[in-house]
Amino acid sequence: MTVRPGRIAVHIALILYTILALGPILLILINAFKTRRAIFADPLGLPNGQTFTTIGFDRVFANSDFGLYFLNSLTVTVVSLVLIVLIGAMAAWALTEYRFRGNTLIGLYLAVGIMVPIRLGSVSILRMMVELDLVNTLTALILVYVAQGLPLAILILGEFIQQIPKDLRDAARCDGVSEYRIFGSIILPLISPAIATVAVFTMVPVWNDLWFPLILAPGDGKQTITLGVQQFIGQYVTDWNAVLASLTLAVAPVLVLYLLFSRYLVRGLTAGAVK
Amino acid sequence: MTDLTASSVQSADAAPTRSRFPVHIAVFLAPALVIYSLFSIYPLFDTIRLSLYAGDETGARSFVGLQNFHTLLTDPNWSGQFWNAFQNNLIFFLIHMVVQNGIGLGLAMLLSLPRLTGGSVYRTLIFLPTMLSVVIIGFIWQLILNPLWGIAPSLLKAVGLGSLFGPWLGQESTALLTVSLISVWQFVGIPMMLIYAALLNIPDDLIDAATVDGAGPFSVFWFVRLPLILPTLGVVSILTFVANFNAFDLIYAIKGALAGPNFSTDILGTFFYRTFFGFQLQVGSPTMGAAVATAMLVIILIGVLIYLFGVQRRLQRHSF
Repeated sequence: MTVRPGRIAVHIALILYTILALGPILLILINAFKTRRAIFADPLGLPNGQTFTTIGFDRVFANSDFGLYFLNSLTVTVVSLVLIVLIGAMAAWALTEYRFRGNTLIGLYLAVGIMVPIRLGSVSILRMMVELDLVNTLTALILVYVAQGLPLAILILGEFIQQIPKDLRDAARCDGVSEYRIFGSIILPLISPAIATVAVFTMVPVWNDLWFPLILAPGDGKQTITLGVQQFIGQYVTDWNAVLASLTLAVAPVLVLYLLFSRYLVRGLTAGAVK
Repeated sequence: MTDLTASSVQSADAAPTRSRFPVHIAVFLAPALVIYSLFSIYPLFDTIRLSLYAGDETGARSFVGLQNFHTLLTDPNWSGQFWNAFQNNLIFFLIHMVVQNGIGLGLAMLLSLPRLTGGSVYRTLIFLPTMLSVVIIGFIWQLILNPLWGIAPSLLKAVGLGSLFGPWLGQESTALLTVSLISVWQFVGIPMMLIYAALLNIPDDLIDAATVDGAGPFSVFWFVRLPLILPTLGVVSILTFVANFNAFDLIYAIKGALAGPNFSTDILGTFFYRTFFGFQLQVGSPTMGAAVATAMLVIILIGVLIYLFGVQRRLQRHSF
């Protein structure tokens, strides 16, 4: 098979765009490990024996609670995701499996949240959290993120549950298995492939969010990593080593996870889009 | 699908409604409905309610009807800022529609070429920036465009465009465009993926038939593929609209709550934040904040309704 010149042009275009997409991120990563002098003298060069340093990282760890912020983000994201998947699957199951009065109405009611951003209710959410004494707690963030993630999760999981063959549950019903056990032992294990898709749409926005941490949990060591980096860089703008190191620390975990799981994420995204 | 076991175990006190709502359905639905109603729907309605009140220094609130909106739209202290933010937001959105969705469409077309080697590698890598936090992206670009570091001017010089460089983020005339393009750079992956998935769904037969009938690549694109992916372009447009009119993080990370220089990058999200929390000499006001949020809600709802009734209904969905 000969390569047509048109194909080469296509690859050149795609490669150029890929460089444009990755270049800025790589630039930050390589300069985070260089001395201040080298950052300015040779920004495009890789760190070598002479220019390599981890001074930026030392300063970040000495002057901020990065480990704690990371743990906060991890807790909020994982707990939110588990709750969204579990509660969302229960609701999706009820809405797709049973015919009952108000089914369509409840479905529509839940769909409102897909289009209307919950952020616009922030004034009342903050008031409510103050009354519940939940300001500066991770619980406040988790509650809001679960409410925010549920509508889309229910839509995705509902479509997935519909594709599960009916035979299994009907057989279980004939054996007198309760509806709760049918859900718990048959449906829940079967939806695990859909979790990847739900994760793309709920985990990433939660991990990256700045708005709600800024409003609901800006202090008391409850900052998430996104807010922590934002506050840290605000204080150390002129310390290029520290700024580059903090950006690298924020990017690295997402980068590693993405490259590990990108196949599932990208597949989930394109599969979800087909509907 | 009725369920006999559940309705038969239902006791009398569990059936206050006339149609005896099955308990297990209620149990499955309750957690989602409670959390969603309490922390999503209720705050939205409560925000709309609050926007009809005014608070004083003592914290006492009194009902003022539409007074806040009157202030927002006509009071010189407010209306200038509001319309400035609205106009900037509109420009922000239009840049995304043209540049982000245009590039996304182009990349999707290239990626959907039959038998393209390395397609999934390109897709994965080009989508990568979308996964990162807007805040981090904002800081990264701020460093790159910083004249102190000088990396942007030296790269431009390398391709012979050195004279074009300026402190783009700091100039009133270019700041909004620059911020918009940074956001475009980050989110190009989303339209790319959605359109790519739609293009893959078009059966080869249709394209082969058009080619056999003598249609060139351009006609195939314009008369066969484009009409078939119009529903997806509609979805992409409304997603862009909602995301853009709700944006905040990028501007806040790069330019702070004041959205400088001289409010030239102020959009509704940053305006809402300032109104709610205050800035410099102005004290924050929850009720005015609620009014701004309600105005944003109305703008977003108008967009969604135009899409649902104006656009989506006209676009025929094709199923193969």
